[in-house]
Amino acid sequence: MRMKYVLSEVLVGLWRNVTMTIAMIITMAVSLFMLGGSGLLYQKVGDMKDLYYENVEVSIFLTQEVTEQQRADLDSKLKSDPMVKEVLYVDKQQAYERFQQMYADAPDLVNAVKPDQLPESFRLKLNNPEQYKNIYDQYKESEGVDEIVDQSKLLDKVFGVLTGFQNGALAIAIVMAIAALLLVANTIQVAAYSKRREVAVMKLVGASNWFIQAPFVLEAVVAGLLGSILGLVALAVLKVTAAGSSLAALEGLITPVSWGEIFLIFPLMAGVGAVVSAGTAWVTLRFYLRV
Amino acid sequence: MTKTYPKASRPSLDNVSVSIEKGEFVFFIGPSGSGKSTIIKMLLHEVTPNKGRVVVNGKDVTSMRSWKRPHFRRSIGCVFQDFRLLPNRTAYENVAFALEVIGKTKAVARRVVPEVLELVGLGGKEHRYPHELSGGEQQRVAVARAFVNRPLILLADEPTGNLDPDTSIEIMRLLDRINRTGTTVVMVTHDSNIVNQMRRRVIEIESGRIVRDQARGVYG
Repeated sequence: MRMKYVLSEVLVGLWRNVTMTIAMIITMAVSLFMLGGSGLLYQKVGDMKDLYYENVEVSIFLTQEVTEQQRADLDSKLKSDPMVKEVLYVDKQQAYERFQQMYADAPDLVNAVKPDQLPESFRLKLNNPEQYKNIYDQYKESEGVDEIVDQSKLLDKVFGVLTGFQNGALAIAIVMAIAALLLVANTIQVAAYSKRREVAVMKLVGASNWFIQAPFVLEAVVAGLLGSILGLVALAVLKVTAAGSSLAALEGLITPVSWGEIFLIFPLMAGVGAVVSAGTAWVTLRFYLRV
Repeated sequence: MTKTYPKASRPSLDNVSVSIEKGEFVFFIGPSGSGKSTIIKMLLHEVTPNKGRVVVNGKDVTSMRSWKRPHFRRSIGCVFQDFRLLPNRTAYENVAFALEVIGKTKAVARRVVPEVLELVGLGGKEHRYPHELSGGEQQRVAVARAFVNRPLILLADEPTGNLDPDTSIEIMRLLDRINRTGTTVVMVTHDSNIVNQMRRRVIEIESGRIVRDQARGVYG
């Protein structure tokens, strides 16, 4: 019976100030949508880093005039280097085969290039791809080395952009969360004011604090949960529309977001929505109800 | 006990010591600002003294934690000058509300509320809203609400302040009847007429000190 009373108070409270309730839910939804998006991007970037860095190579190209001795020195130095996991030597002939493969579509280009023109190289896999800089510094000045190319540099740029998106979404999520928080505080103040007589009587006759506060706090929590559901719907809509749009072109680069991942991010959104609302409501009540 | 409010130049209550027995009927009288209301607030654990102790129903409330206050309040009924009824609820609903918010079921309310409304003389007017009742009747609803939970103590803060003399007498008869059930009644008032007629214990306070404590006293 008390539960029924509290729940009916919650519904009445949400309905009494319905414009404010809608504003609260929408703000909450946008904030949580951004939070969810940011969370998904964070996961994606993590996944992709694992995937790409695993296969990333550092190539040390040798000059045309490299001597037998220089090559052997370099080879043994690389093989004993603790930063290096794997060393693969690619001679001119192998480089040519790779080149042929890569440009199989352009036979003219392949015909124009002789194996002799392609540089020999060492292909390295590093234990830690982020140690590229050290490799670069160490071998740049070695004799016979022409150029050191790190694939991870390109990846860094891609990941930089993605991380930028992620931080942007997070920033928007935080700003919207502040707006949602202020709306919750305001809604609770209005609700507490419109129920001030009831609250005064309840305090007088000894209703417990939780009983007095619960309807207000739950009102905010319900709004927060509705906001998170709307945010989830927005994420789902984004996934569906993105599949058929220009974003699909990125499919090869960015691993696609699965439904499972979207639904897994929902508890985070709902949790943050509910906790932030409840916390704000509770703090507001401390100031405006003084039970 | 002594109570000094922040920013006050002199204590609101200065070294006051009062003992009220169970089942007594006590008037606190004195001019405005003499400290009568502070006593009521202390009994309700709304304020705590700076010095001394407040013991209510055998419990020391001076050091009581605020989260225990709601439960403590259930043993005290309160009536005020301005009735404090909920305007959008009927007489019955006002009384039932007080029961339901402390966890009593609707079934209990259905059994107890008509009984107590009958006791205060409002039988047949259960479904009127406060604005459909006279001042005296509204105060009766307030008394019913204060008494429905069978408190050990009934605090009345100028309960007749807004009522005409005849109605006031009726309310006093009602409080007297409640007192006879064994409930301690503590009443703050300015109404000399009533004090003189009731001939109960009178404690007079002036500038935070007790200047008179007289059994079967008059307003003086």
